[in-house]
Amino acid sequence: MKFQHLLLAILLIGAPHLAAQDEVEPPVVIGSKVFTESRLLGEIMAQLIEAKTEIPVERRFGLSGTKICFDALKTGEIDLYPEYTGTGLVTMLHEEPITDPLVTFVRVRREFLVRFDLEWLGPFGFNNTYAMAMSDAKAEELGIESISDLAAHSDTLRYGVSHEFLNRTDGWPGLVETYGLEGAEVRGMEHGLAYAAIQSDEIDLVDAYSTDGKLLRYKLRVLEDDQQYFPMYHAAPLIRVETLKRYPELRPLLEQLALRLPDARMQRLNYEVEEEKRPFAGVAREFLQKEGLIEGAAKPKAQRAPSARKQGFLTLFRSRWSQTLELTWQHLQLTLLAVLIAIVVSVPLAILCTRVPVLSMPVLGCAGVIQTIPSLALLAFMIPIPGLGLGWRSAVVALFLYAVLPIVRNTYTGICEVDPDLVEAAKGMGLTNGQILRLVQLPIATRTIMAGIRTSTVISVGVATLAAFIGAGGLGEPILTGLQLNDSYLILCGALPAAALAVLVDLLLWILERVLVPNGLQLSK
Amino acid sequence: MIEIRQEYPTPDGGVFVALGGVSLEVKEGETLCLIGTSGSGKTTLMKTINRLIEPTTGTVKIKGQDVQELDPVRLRRRIGYVIQRGGLFPHFTIADNVGLLCKLEGWPPAKIEARVKELLALVNLDLAEHGHRYPGELSGGQRQRVGVARSLALDPEIILMDEPFGALDPITRDQIHDEFLRLKEEVKTTTVLVTHDMAEAFKLGDRVALLDKGMLVQLGVEADFRERPANEFVESFLQSHLHA
Repeated sequence: MKFQHLLLAILLIGAPHLAAQDEVEPPVVIGSKVFTESRLLGEIMAQLIEAKTEIPVERRFGLSGTKICFDALKTGEIDLYPEYTGTGLVTMLHEEPITDPLVTFVRVRREFLVRFDLEWLGPFGFNNTYAMAMSDAKAEELGIESISDLAAHSDTLRYGVSHEFLNRTDGWPGLVETYGLEGAEVRGMEHGLAYAAIQSDEIDLVDAYSTDGKLLRYKLRVLEDDQQYFPMYHAAPLIRVETLKRYPELRPLLEQLALRLPDARMQRLNYEVEEEKRPFAGVAREFLQKEGLIEGAAKPKAQRAPSARKQGFLTLFRSRWSQTLELTWQHLQLTLLAVLIAIVVSVPLAILCTRVPVLSMPVLGCAGVIQTIPSLALLAFMIPIPGLGLGWRSAVVALFLYAVLPIVRNTYTGICEVDPDLVEAAKGMGLTNGQILRLVQLPIATRTIMAGIRTSTVISVGVATLAAFIGAGGLGEPILTGLQLNDSYLILCGALPAAALAVLVDLLLWILERVLVPNGLQLSK
Repeated sequence: MIEIRQEYPTPDGGVFVALGGVSLEVKEGETLCLIGTSGSGKTTLMKTINRLIEPTTGTVKIKGQDVQELDPVRLRRRIGYVIQRGGLFPHFTIADNVGLLCKLEGWPPAKIEARVKELLALVNLDLAEHGHRYPGELSGGQRQRVGVARSLALDPEIILMDEPFGALDPITRDQIHDEFLRLKEEVKTTTVLVTHDMAEAFKLGDRVALLDKGMLVQLGVEADFRERPANEFVESFLQSHLHA
């Protein structure tokens, strides 16, 4: 009973900024993937809805990868996000790619309605297919114009492709087969970093989106897909039928965006954000105004946009100060909530292990196995679990799972290492098992247990930066955006406070440890 | 006071099979020293009295009552327990160590303090001077005295001491032996003391029980051992342990 209250209290304390769910009118939650184009389209749709309706809009931008977006949409964590027809066909329906755009669209539209209760609205107009790009100079030197030309050089060229591309059916494996690139040296890397890598001549080819603004900046040549391998990727709003029923006005409104963005236009908008460092919100607003879709100056709420170009780190950092504080606070809440739950669970679990020794192997083993799961994978596993979904709950559960091992292990070890003579003296004096635990074993093990808690907390502060990938906020947000925009200053705006937070939290816990460790134990023996 | 009957040797296997052949009685107010080589079963025998070890056969009775029928925690609170180096809890002050059992018994603080003061005085320590210190700040001899004081807290009927003075240097040990004898006169508690030091056994014990391989070899006073050793083993044990 008491325990439940405590847990409830912890959950409530931990989640004030997230717990305020609107009961009157549920907001339309708009998601987007991590890259610029997806965010821009998300922002454009958000501003249009905000300007033309009274429906509250919530932005959940920067979700990592197709699976996370799609799962979130199916479970209703988000209501709509911009998706690509080719992705829908190949990744979600697991069908063979179709090269005809209209056939593709009709196919996914019908299947999604029937199978997922999701509807594809009118496409924005551009085809952002995958493309292989290499530096103009190198392509010139080797005389490469089409992807077919690569086969002759497959043992010397180095490929750096995004992880998603590396594993998609319509990505790397099929490309290798179609164009005979067997034996090529390929590395999976963060997309934003791949451009930097090609600049510094660490790789020769990257996978790119054909509307990518960076292609202009880095003087990259898009190789001709002469075998028509890449399917069509027309972007369109993918929305829940349920949402359309609740807000019927969304359909005609979003259809107004159809075919407004041909390839060149989209590439230009991407370029403005990525290369001219203009904020998403501004670029989106200007577009909508030019198209006559919104009037004058519609003021979007809650912008999280990178600031103007070419400013120094300190200026950027200062301009983001209040935002940084807010993100740090979110970060701290995620971390502390997870560690608190981990303490509440792990310490009793470890005590149980000392009492029932057969449990210790399986319990410590399981905790160890969890520790080996890559953090991002663990985060992604949480999303389809009912009640967790996209956002802070999943992040807290994943962080909690990571925090368990150090605390369980140290508590177990700490108790086991208490001088057996002392335990026997206590028992011989007539202390009950509970009294021995409370008065002798736990106080003497305090330092070891606290060391475990410190380790867990510092790990959690680090892993929590990944929470941004599933829309849980925190200091990972600027890191993630910075990676997408290849903006090191923005990355530092998240990384430095995160590092400082880790050091600070560790210091505070060290002080707490000094207070908690009984005086008699601070003496040398 | 204490009767130990282990008349029926266990057939085989069990951990306590070595104690198959001990049967003895400790008299009221007596100090009985258990002595023997390591592995002789002297400590095991002592621990069957406060049920830290359960005998596989035989019975231990205190004032005619089988200890198996008593709640182990209640039983142990009636029996003081002192181990080598005192067994003090390093995170408690001296006063808290000595008063721990009184506190667990729910005594009011003032009464606990008075009792702690009295107990420390009994072992020549001063509450004001030593009470607030931690075990780590005391000498080995002082810690040992605190251990004895702690064991007396609830006025036990019996005190069990497991090689209590084994880790002390010879001068301190001599001094603390004298204090022990004085204390014995004062409190007159039935005591079972385990030692591997024959001189200590003769000096402190009213009677001495010599064990070997789980069997009671001889039980008596110093003169019995010196003048009428039960067998050759006793003779050679005396020789090697008195002049070592």
